Amino acid sequence: MNIKRVGTLAALGLTSTLLLASCAANETPDAGSGGDSSLSGTISATGASSQETAQAAWVAAFQTANTGVTVDYVSTGSGPGRENFLAGASDFIGSDRAFNDEEIAAGGFTSCASDEIVELPLYVSPIAIIFNLEGVDSINLDAATVANIFNGTITTWNDPAIADQNEGVELPDTAITPVHRSDDSGTTENFTEYLNAVAPEAWTAEADGVWPLEGGESAEGTSGLVGAVEAGQGTIGYADASRAGDLGTVAVKVGEEYVPYSTEAVAAFLDSAERVEGRGEGDLALELDRTTTAAGVYPIALVSYLIGCVDYEDANTAELVSSYFSYIASAEGQDEGNAEAGSAPISDDLRAEVEAAIALIG
Amino acid sequence: MTTASPQRAALRAVRRPGDRIFSGTALGAGVVILLLLAAVAIFLITESLPAFTADPDEIGMLRGATFLEYVAPLVFGTLWAALLALIIAAPLAVGIALFISHFAPRRLAAVIGYVVDLLAALPSVVYGLWGATTFAPILQPFYVWLNENLGWIPLFEGPVSATGRTIATAALVLAVMILPIMTAICREVFLQAPRLHEEAALALGATRWEMIRMAVLPFARGGMVSAAMLALGRALGETMAVTMVLSASGVITFDLISSTNPTTIPANIALSFPEAYGEGVNVLIATGLILFIVTFAVNAIARYIVNRRAAFSGAN
Repeated sequence: MNIKRVGTLAALGLTSTLLLASCAANETPDAGSGGDSSLSGTISATGASSQETAQAAWVAAFQTANTGVTVDYVSTGSGPGRENFLAGASDFIGSDRAFNDEEIAAGGFTSCASDEIVELPLYVSPIAIIFNLEGVDSINLDAATVANIFNGTITTWNDPAIADQNEGVELPDTAITPVHRSDDSGTTENFTEYLNAVAPEAWTAEADGVWPLEGGESAEGTSGLVGAVEAGQGTIGYADASRAGDLGTVAVKVGEEYVPYSTEAVAAFLDSAERVEGRGEGDLALELDRTTTAAGVYPIALVSYLIGCVDYEDANTAELVSSYFSYIASAEGQDEGNAEAGSAPISDDLRAEVEAAIALIG
Repeated sequence: MTTASPQRAALRAVRRPGDRIFSGTALGAGVVILLLLAAVAIFLITESLPAFTADPDEIGMLRGATFLEYVAPLVFGTLWAALLALIIAAPLAVGIALFISHFAPRRLAAVIGYVVDLLAALPSVVYGLWGATTFAPILQPFYVWLNENLGWIPLFEGPVSATGRTIATAALVLAVMILPIMTAICREVFLQAPRLHEEAALALGATRWEMIRMAVLPFARGGMVSAAMLALGRALGETMAVTMVLSASGVITFDLISSTNPTTIPANIALSFPEAYGEGVNVLIATGLILFIVTFAVNAIARYIVNRRAAFSGAN
């Protein structure tokens, strides 16, 4: 009996060893099946979760065109992404903000051979102010009114502050329920930055990824927030414009006009922005002017950067990063982002600047 | 026979390989669970230390508050949500278990038992989706009614949430989630009640309810408390469902039906971790340590109650 058992055990052990060995033997490296491009190798990236969907689409398209290349984009959040870039753990990163002046001055980007970096605003996600109010598809609001709605000063939809800006729209006396994100998010940061910049009297809290006011309705993530706005009556929130669906959207007052959200209006907003002064040639960090009064500009958008080095230790890495960036900057890449993630394609003028910056990578 | 006896005495000391393997694996399993617990505790403590030692002003996540000020509303929210869930689930679970063990026809009892067990197999993210998209809007008019008719009670003070995603909804979803484990344990304990006691009670002329009150419930008291505590442990640690259902704010309030709700430690970790960096991560792990301690304390209290009550139970 015992001998039999030991025998069975031994047989089992032998079989599993054989099985495992054959598994290992199967894993032949997939060497240099380069398709129709000469590029090959792997680049790894981390960073902003806002770019996750767009990056997945870009990576898929880029790897289809260049079968020898692997691009790893791990969405870790912008903060960890920037730390990884400093520590040399990522070849390039996605970040919801550019490195600030102090960080640039301190330098020490271990990923790079020099302190020259490229920062490209290639992922632009428009933020729509969405609301659920029966029979109303669009309303006009200025920033101060939006701020007062979200800070709880204006509590009903037929408040004179709203009605005065929307003559001819029949507003019910439904209570307003503002909904904000309960998680730390770049959408919240850009939205509060807009409110604080344009309506500093009504909105005193500074820009922050975490909703700065206490209390109120909140929901997790973009889906959660849109779900909460859809579930209630008289609810209002802010979310990626691509997710607005059938909900009403707010046209915000810019200058003397009310501008509804559109990808063109957002691209125009980027074009109206000045470049941050005193940066390197490839650094396209933008000084977003939320208070702009230019015509046809929609100033609420999340601008997320792709950040890489001008000089890489490894020439192959440099080539991979520069061709990946070129693909994203191309009209094709930007349209892919629009189709898959609802980002706003950049204008041709900005593309020319971006291409000049990418040409520096080497 | 007689010649074989000394040999037999010698044989008694022989331990078969099977015995050795069994006792070895059993011992190993026992050691592994202790090591695991120790490893978790060590991880939590070492990773938490920076959160306690660093200057609170330097940690962005705390927003100027001290760690205690940050964690207090979370501890409150965790205990409050779990307690509400337990208050809702406990009577229901005992009722279902009694029905299955003592009232239902045998065939129906088997079906109900199976269905209740099935509830436990649903992933919590499904409960979360259901709670946030379906259950909350259904409850919302009911909250409005509560506020209009019972608004003088601080619990229903309002203002009423427009979406229904309140702590009351979260507690109801949690209650459904902890129901299966409570029901299963209570059912087993009720079935263990001595048959003789039950029959004696019936023979003395007790009705079925009186029999249950005199023979079954006193016997099962310890088991019921254990079931409640296991369920409470699950409710304390539940993450996804609460994260998705609750409109969280991180405040301390007893209001059940407004959109401003306290949040729980696990839900807060799930919400804040993706964008946390530097010492913020340590702060979140430190809140995990607090949850660990709270759960430990709850379990210890439960043990104490069970042990104390055991002496008075009808079982002896």
